[in-house]
Amino acid sequence: MKQKGWKELTPGAVVTEPGSSKQFKTGSWRAFKPRWIEENCIHCLFCWVYCPDMAITVKDGKRGEFNFDYCKGCGICALECPGKKGNKAIVMEEEGN
Amino acid sequence: MATPLSLKELSKKEDRLTSGHRMCSGCGAPTVVKMVMLATDYPVIASNATGCLEVSTCIQQFTSWNIPWIHNAFENAAATLSGVETMYRSLKKQGKIDQEIKFIAFGGDGGTYDIGLQSLSGAMERGHDMIYVCYDNGAYMNTGIQRSSATPLGADTTTCPVGSANPGKVQERKDLTRIMAAHGIPYVAQASPSNWADLMKKVRKAHEIKGPKFLNIIAPCNRGWRSKTDDAITLSRIAVDTCYWPLFEIENGVTKITYKPKEKKPLVDFLKPQGRFKHLFAPENEWLLQKAQEVVDRNWDRLLREEEFTAPKSE
Repeated sequence: MKQKGWKELTPGAVVTEPGSSKQFKTGSWRAFKPRWIEENCIHCLFCWVYCPDMAITVKDGKRGEFNFDYCKGCGICALECPGKKGNKAIVMEEEGN
Repeated sequence: MATPLSLKELSKKEDRLTSGHRMCSGCGAPTVVKMVMLATDYPVIASNATGCLEVSTCIQQFTSWNIPWIHNAFENAAATLSGVETMYRSLKKQGKIDQEIKFIAFGGDGGTYDIGLQSLSGAMERGHDMIYVCYDNGAYMNTGIQRSSATPLGADTTTCPVGSANPGKVQERKDLTRIMAAHGIPYVAQASPSNWADLMKKVRKAHEIKGPKFLNIIAPCNRGWRSKTDDAITLSRIAVDTCYWPLFEIENGVTKITYKPKEKKPLVDFLKPQGRFKHLFAPENEWLLQKAQEVVDRNWDRLLREEEFTAPKSE
């Protein structure tokens, strides 16, 4: 990812490409990493709606994997996860282990 | 047709605030914006006051917004958007545009309660057809946790630091929701991301009402609140359950509490997990802790009475 020099910027620094921040991967910020345990997942999608980084993929109403390009490892999903019969479907683990 | 308010259906919509924004890990504000946008089925134009949300979603040449978005200055998000809305009405009249477009301004509590209050008041008074959303994290978090008029009583901030001479903020919060209601605008509401369906219903309702609307939404900030990164939603839920942040709406002068906790929890449940209130649990500050609870009780009691008082008479 190369940053533009000042000569290449638009007047007023107008950004013409919507959603371009996707080029900036915030996943490297993580200190803790969530792990999804599929068998405990009831697909309630609370993790998806509460995720501040839009880092949980959902397809046809079913929860998919995390998008680790953007997940900052805050742990909100793990805390809010109701799980199945008391077993969480998301657990936080230290990054790099 | 409006998307049904089920997470399954909502998850099929495209993100209007995308990943790659640089809000802190565990911030409550992007979740608030995400929910407001999910509830909006119309094409939408947003403006933003200076603040965390603005600086970290629009860092030089990148934007996290998938919609037309404008930032002008700290104090004039409402004024800027009222100009855009006026232009839209003019273009519509001239027949140059036929789409139904909605307008939403976002501001933090600094840009809304303090710096932008004048322009917000003006835009509401002039009757522009827009929603102003304040995401309230209770201080100037972007510049390093300076107190704002939304900072709760007793909180430790960098401009009202706790020490031997000062027990934190000694003033009460400004009740902005009530100030906006006093403008006599058609719709004012308070919401919390923990109660997402309630929040989205309020956004939906606001879109269907013509004229100025105001939503005040709590947005926990783990950096400023000195809490953990994973508790934004949990803390906003406790804020609702302790009646620190009651969920209500005022529609054409009629107050309705949209969620009454089964059991009103003591305020300490909300204060305890937050480092900014740590000093309140020292014996010498017990009076302040008591006062904080009294303020919450008084406001909740007034809200209950207001609901009763403003209810339409059944004849």
